[in-house]
Amino acid sequence: MSIDIQAVGKRFGSFVALDDVNLSLPTGQLTALLGPSGGGKSTLLRIIAGLETADAGRIRIEGRDATDLPAQKRGVGFVFQHYAAFAHMSVAKNVAFGLEIRHRPKEEVRARVDELLRLVHLEQFGHRLPSQLSGGQRQRMALARALAVEPTVLLLDEPFGALDAQVRKELRQWLRRLHDEVHVTTVFVTHDQEEALEVADQIVVINEGRVEQVGTPDDLYDRPANDFVMRFLGPTTTLAGLVVRPHDIGVVALPVAGAIPGTVRVVQRVGFEVRLTVQTSEARDPATVTLPRSRYLELGVDVGDPVWLRLPADAVRAPATAASAVLEEATSGSH
Amino acid sequence: MTSLTDTAAPSPLTGRRAAARPHRPRSTLTRGAGLALGVSVLWLSILVLIPLGAVVAAAASGGWAGFWAVLTNPQTVAAITLTVSQAALVTALNVVIGTAIAWVLVRDSFPGKRVIEVIIDVPFALPTIVAGLVLLGLYGPRSPVGVDVANTKAAVFLAFAFVTLPFVVRAVQPVLEQLDPDVERAARSLGASGTQTWTRVLLPALAPAIAAGAAMSFARAVSEYGALVLLSGNLALRTEVTSVRILTYVENGQLAQAAAVATVLLVIAFLVLVALDLIQRRVARRG
Repeated sequence: MSIDIQAVGKRFGSFVALDDVNLSLPTGQLTALLGPSGGGKSTLLRIIAGLETADAGRIRIEGRDATDLPAQKRGVGFVFQHYAAFAHMSVAKNVAFGLEIRHRPKEEVRARVDELLRLVHLEQFGHRLPSQLSGGQRQRMALARALAVEPTVLLLDEPFGALDAQVRKELRQWLRRLHDEVHVTTVFVTHDQEEALEVADQIVVINEGRVEQVGTPDDLYDRPANDFVMRFLGPTTTLAGLVVRPHDIGVVALPVAGAIPGTVRVVQRVGFEVRLTVQTSEARDPATVTLPRSRYLELGVDVGDPVWLRLPADAVRAPATAASAVLEEATSGSH
Repeated sequence: MTSLTDTAAPSPLTGRRAAARPHRPRSTLTRGAGLALGVSVLWLSILVLIPLGAVVAAAASGGWAGFWAVLTNPQTVAAITLTVSQAALVTALNVVIGTAIAWVLVRDSFPGKRVIEVIIDVPFALPTIVAGLVLLGLYGPRSPVGVDVANTKAAVFLAFAFVTLPFVVRAVQPVLEQLDPDVERAARSLGASGTQTWTRVLLPALAPAIAAGAAMSFARAVSEYGALVLLSGNLALRTEVTSVRILTYVENGQLAQAAAVATVLLVIAFLVLVALDLIQRRVARRG
């Protein structure tokens, strides 16, 4: 195991940021710490890096107890959300910083900087100042700077959070490819479930200072440990007291044994799919159902028509609890 | 004297900005900007350039021999040496203490921080003669704390330190506020020690501000009169500063001599501003 976190706790005044967190992150993998803002994931990352100290627990990096090591002795590369560029140094000097601190020979530093600038596609920009780069370029520079010292682990704190949507998508694909090339154990923090599902080998869902679930993207999506994880990873709706995915619900226009009757309230076309809002007799809040447009046209129903809903036996589900219902609003809106 | 140095002081900052953009066009003036430039130059001329020219002309009126006689006068030499050396000492102190105060005010939070914020500016707000009175009362012959520095060089140092305290603090503070604390954390995670983080990351970022504050601090000290005149005793060859020396010449009707001393001060102030700008550029480039 590359990073071992044992019973780590952290408070800020009366606020519990991390509560008895135990976690093992394997060597060479790309892991996402995923969770809502203020859930403690950034704090955990900073504790691993030594930029924040834990109130309780131990941190081991590559088998070595790092709990009491200062940040500069941990062999950790850190990438910050807002780049943390050294504004008075050129891009090449930024990348060379860690090597110059270690008094490496000039020739070696120059060769390594060239290599890294090529790796992050900034070979043309070595002589520029960070202020003359775009946000995406600055973050790539920060990544090269962190990789220069050959860290045992690379930590990224919301690395694409300050970038616009298009650049963000490009950069996360690129991070994935980079990781496949470099193979350094990498942990990144994100609140964007799409980012985590798309890029990570393993996802750790963190909420209110606790680990909710650890697993591969498939594990988490298909076998969520609880309704929080289920709601956080994608759109959900409630049917017959269960949290389910809107696209898993089957809709028919004729009564079927075991199906729940309801009335179509809203029909929304969103690109290739159609979203139906169906008021069932058994629940106060309507259920949302999404289906492909072709399937909707086959169905031939409109606002006011009766429909019958049923859940296939293999559909992912979790019992609904009141506490996480708010989240459903937030996540279903973005899909 | 004060008006001269205050207008010259921002030069380290503007100089740096120009250096960052080497390919700027020779003139970017529109009609409105041209008018604004004209007004600025006119105003600068009326307030600063013409009076300064007059001082230099007055100094020249005594002829080279007269000028030389004033400069080699032991009393004048002693006054200039004292003023410049004490101003340099105080400026060095301000660079360290002022940066430290700015750091504490920006990075730490503690009860009474707002009070300190206000107190820092008191030397700006107080008429300097009042400052002199306060210093005389506290560190004079009837000192309630048992410290009597009246009629010594320490009195000059103390007066300079009092009136120049805010300059470096107020120059560094806004720059430090703009500096992301993550930049220091980045340096640490890349293996830099606390000292290396200071010398290679923080100081280069703060150097232009520190230099601007130091320049203003030095200029202000060299021109100080009110705060020290009561406590220093103005003893010839021992505690007499240049501004007092100039006043003595003026009171004796020796305007050419007064202008000669003023011209020397002017040259020294100019050299110090240039030197600080050069140092600042060096530090900002390092790292």
